[in-house]
Amino acid sequence: MTRQGFALPRQGQDQDPAAPQPLADDETVDLTAERSGAGVDEILDSLESDLVGLAPVKTRVREIAALLLVDRVRGRFGLSAGPPSLHMCFTGNPGTGKTTVALRMAELLHRLGYLRRGHVVSVTRDDLVGQYVGHTAPKTRDAVNRAMGGVLFIDEAYYLYRAENERDYGQESIEILLQYMENHRADLVVIMAGYADRMETFFASNPGMSSRIAHHLEFPDYSLDELAAIGELMLRAQRYRLSAEAQATFRDYLARRMTQPRFANARSVRNALERARLRHANRLAAATAPCGKDDLMRLEPADFLASRVFGG
Amino acid sequence: MRITQGAFSYLPELTDEEITSQLDYALGHGWAVSVEFTDDPHPRNNYWDMWGLPMFDLLDAAGVLHEINACRQAYPDRYIRVCAYDSRHPRQTVALSFLVNRPAQEPGFRLDRQEAAGRHLRYTIHSYALDRPAGTRYSPP
Repeated sequence: MTRQGFALPRQGQDQDPAAPQPLADDETVDLTAERSGAGVDEILDSLESDLVGLAPVKTRVREIAALLLVDRVRGRFGLSAGPPSLHMCFTGNPGTGKTTVALRMAELLHRLGYLRRGHVVSVTRDDLVGQYVGHTAPKTRDAVNRAMGGVLFIDEAYYLYRAENERDYGQESIEILLQYMENHRADLVVIMAGYADRMETFFASNPGMSSRIAHHLEFPDYSLDELAAIGELMLRAQRYRLSAEAQATFRDYLARRMTQPRFANARSVRNALERARLRHANRLAAATAPCGKDDLMRLEPADFLASRVFGG
Repeated sequence: MRITQGAFSYLPELTDEEITSQLDYALGHGWAVSVEFTDDPHPRNNYWDMWGLPMFDLLDAAGVLHEINACRQAYPDRYIRVCAYDSRHPRQTVALSFLVNRPAQEPGFRLDRQEAAGRHLRYTIHSYALDRPAGTRYSPP
């Protein structure tokens, strides 16, 4: 039985007349012009300036950008090697910037022409795994279809697999994901994120998943200097600043907070600053003296010293 | 007899690239796309079977094409169409619908005449495929 034409290439249309001819063997291409043409440098520079630390991650992002750029130029010489596999795994402790980098990555891949749209669909176990038999597959497919042309960001991916319950529907979801990751490499980039040790267990019990993910990016914890720099960046974005004494207090605060339990890197910094803002506002509201623009922007040591980190 | 229903049905069969461009157009307007199939091609048959739910919140046509191909694989000998529903207020109707699959053999329709009172004649069309039970209409067991 023959299908009547649908899905078959039309006769005589095999060669698109508008398709550019491959370049001759002895021609050269200016890679710098190619880079600026794609707007790659902008993204890489903003990555460099907006994100503190994360040296291994930045290096890998640069490598991926270079690979895609070279691939594109190779394509112009007719040396196509098929789309590279760009599924990634981000491991690191909470607050190390996994989600932020995933957003930048989507934008970068879009600029380089690897993704058609470059949007990010962020999902967790709830969005992929159903509650009864036959519920999981449509749910997972729906999420993946929404992410087509962009990035599917699976936060805390290890929850998909529950070793203690072999009838858990997570396994079904993983199998569907694998199928899409293999067959739709040109349409979809899957980024999984989570804590390093649990991710390791997850991959150990799902070897198929590990082998289909080409890039494993490790997000290191921030040092004290980096955390202080992150705090400065956040404050600048919110139009605040630290007084000279408050800078020392803030560093002291961070050094104490880092040793305490449930420290979540940049997220803890953001929370600390939110609370400092509250105390700052309270202090100004209680004061009787008139306040100027500088008072409204400046955080003082007192705003940090009231924290319970210093209390005990 | 080649059945013509929906948009583009007088054109040669759409290739996957052409289907993708049409879907991009529909998704670009924010229409929800769905895939439906049937083995009863009567033009007044509104009740096609749904292949999954309509795909809301979709940005890219690749997802729809994946579902179309899954449906083609499951029902290679049925009619499959894509509908794009415009949910915005004044319109609220299917804005675009076209076939993306058809059976290899299409037996077509015959004209039935029914004699009514007073030498009236009532005309109706009858699909030859419907003489067989559902599920075996286009692929003899």
